[in-house]
Amino acid sequence: FVSKKNSKKGSKQDSVYIAALLIQRWYRQYVARLEMRRRCTWNIFQSIEYAGEQDQIKLYNFFGFLMDHFTPASSERNLISHIFRENEICRDTDWERYFCYKSIEVPESYTGPHLTFPMTFCGVSKLVEAFKHKQQLHARYVLQILGETWRLLRILPNINYVSICHNQEITICGDLHGQFEDLLLIFYKNGLPSSEKPYVFNGDFVDRGKNSLEILLILFGFLLVYPNDVHLNRGNHEDHIVNLRYGFTKEILGKYRVHGKKILKLLQKIFSWLPLATVIDNKVLIVHGGISDMTDLNVIARVDRHKVREDCKMNKSDSDSDSEPEGKETDEREWKQIVDLLWSDPMPQNGCIPNEVRGGGCYFGPDVTEEVLERHNLQLLIRSHECKQDGYEFCHNRKVLTIFSASNYYEVGSNRGAYIRMGCDLVPHFIQYQASRTCRELTLRQRYAAKTSDITFKSLRETLFVHKSDLISAFKEFDPNNTGMISLRHWASATENILNLGLPWRVLRSQLVNSTKYGMVDYQQWIRELSITEPKLEISDASILDTMYKNHSNLETIFRIIDTDHSGSISFEEFRQTWKLLSSHLKTEISDEAIADLAQSIDFNKDGSIDINEFMEAFRLVDLSAHT
Amino acid sequence: MVESNNQSAENTMSEVHKRIKAAFERFKLSPNTVDVREIGTIMYSLGCFPSQADLHDFIAEVEEDHSGFIHLDRFLPAMTKVLLEHKFPPIPKEHLFQAFEVLDKDSKGYLEPEELTKYMTQEGEPFSQEEMDEMLTAFSDQETNVIYYKDIVSQLTIDPGN
Repeated sequence: FVSKKNSKKGSKQDSVYIAALLIQRWYRQYVARLEMRRRCTWNIFQSIEYAGEQDQIKLYNFFGFLMDHFTPASSERNLISHIFRENEICRDTDWERYFCYKSIEVPESYTGPHLTFPMTFCGVSKLVEAFKHKQQLHARYVLQILGETWRLLRILPNINYVSICHNQEITICGDLHGQFEDLLLIFYKNGLPSSEKPYVFNGDFVDRGKNSLEILLILFGFLLVYPNDVHLNRGNHEDHIVNLRYGFTKEILGKYRVHGKKILKLLQKIFSWLPLATVIDNKVLIVHGGISDMTDLNVIARVDRHKVREDCKMNKSDSDSDSEPEGKETDEREWKQIVDLLWSDPMPQNGCIPNEVRGGGCYFGPDVTEEVLERHNLQLLIRSHECKQDGYEFCHNRKVLTIFSASNYYEVGSNRGAYIRMGCDLVPHFIQYQASRTCRELTLRQRYAAKTSDITFKSLRETLFVHKSDLISAFKEFDPNNTGMISLRHWASATENILNLGLPWRVLRSQLVNSTKYGMVDYQQWIRELSITEPKLEISDASILDTMYKNHSNLETIFRIIDTDHSGSISFEEFRQTWKLLSSHLKTEISDEAIADLAQSIDFNKDGSIDINEFMEAFRLVDLSAHT
Repeated sequence: MVESNNQSAENTMSEVHKRIKAAFERFKLSPNTVDVREIGTIMYSLGCFPSQADLHDFIAEVEEDHSGFIHLDRFLPAMTKVLLEHKFPPIPKEHLFQAFEVLDKDSKGYLEPEELTKYMTQEGEPFSQEEMDEMLTAFSDQETNVIYYKDIVSQLTIDPGN
């Protein structure tokens, strides 16, 4: 292994040269392998995340489908209408009365922050401090801030046009996802919002992280104090149905047991009223997701943004009875443009295709960016929506800039967060950070140095488990002689066909398959070894279990939707109807008897209603290997 | 990672192609190109141990006229040759350990961070400052700050998961 290059030193030093060379080569190879593994892990998380979003849209489609196909007379139709009663026509003044905070008393024993209105800079700063010290704001004040916010948002346009003065810079932040630490970091590094320090927050303030409400209250607080200098764009997670799945609803109900429902309802209204875009100096467009080839800001400016729903169909039954069919089609086209703004992702190839991975919006290519920007006389599109390792990333010849502000998003060490500072020259400058949870500063690579990424593989094992019966069928196709064994190549191919996650299964094999004999996998044993516990229920019809496992991620969401008053439990009848709906949508046969069985066995305390938590508990996937 | 030894030469070739394509896939910018700066990482991840000089030679062979991009069409045959001919084989653990012993002139059993820095940034194919900082952060002992190379050798020679 002697290098061919000439060494500058004499022969005495050759051994040092060679030794150093050796060590360098080893180290570089080691680092490269870590990088490969990091990318792989990243892909896994991202695939699972996007598959979840896809499920979400499927859910919308499910309800839309039902609205279309059930007759007015059927009882199931009533259930759906009952669920979506928010579409009932009710004047804003009636809602204002419902949301009124005045009757709520703040007890003497309350140790959290007190707010006075109108809000001031000091008031909001104090609120930031209070949240930093983990205090909780009383429901009265929450409703008060939210009420004021709602009132303000209703007079804001769909698109905020902003100009930057000389000597001023605007700060633009991406997804925060309930990660309060990151918002604090940004404020610490950059300063609090004010008329000298304008900010744009580009959506996805909530879900996943544990402090979504705190982030919202702070952002709304600053919005109220500086309505001309703080700009909020709606993200795809500012949506009450998405919140049912991704944790925000749970967070609110957990923190506010008595007034949570009211708060959620008001937030639902607020989200629908959030502006959709911000334009800086008529040159820089900022939206949460992206654009499509249909994007037309003039059209978007005119839309009634608070009426838009992801599944446009759901509003069909409740829109004005005298509006023309043509009118409805125009509505749908307009609403689709908005969905595109909130859900689209850029892609490297030219063109504009539906975003199948997310289930909503488009994939848009550099030609679409070029065309849309030119048509509107813009020079840059700033968007968020996708996690980036360095917190930001350019694409499309630097005409599209992604900014993401939630650090360590997938797991500790996964990525940095970043924000943009931009002056009147409209050149973006980036500040990156990482909220560290350990005392010792670790390099990104070091975090991966020691062991396998436990969290990744836990999610992956869960996903594999919920598809076990499909997997076994697929494996059996490669095993015509019923030997119980298949080759690793076939294992990888079958797994990808079923899960459709686009992951490098052959590379992941060593983490997922414990034992192989001469390159063959005992697939039945492998499924057993995924170490997920079986549920404690005894049910006559095994296929129900199968259906439930496959739809595990949607189950909880569906149930929370049924539980319209957020009481935490649903009646047998509601349960039965829901089940029938789901099974017809999934085209599976489930007998009434089997459903009744299931309902009985879940009602552990035999009080005639089903507690959602009990239900989910019975089906919770537990990774036993974590406990061994 | 090669699963079976009793495959025909043809199968081996297609196995090799698959591995190369999979590695290429992870870094690609557009369907068939990668940034030239990623070639080192890709080669290392395929189990090769080229020196920087080796890398430069390889890149000169496959790069599209200094465009900064490498096309799969040229990468695949060149890389296949490298793998089938075992051009840049791994170095045995003992040699790595001996290398550290050579640098540890006083046979202390460890290296001071300044010592290691001097060698890594001045000898061989020098590290950049970033590489040096990362290595020190990753491998210096938490309390004493020195580098116990016996431990590193075990770590560097363990397959990190793949």
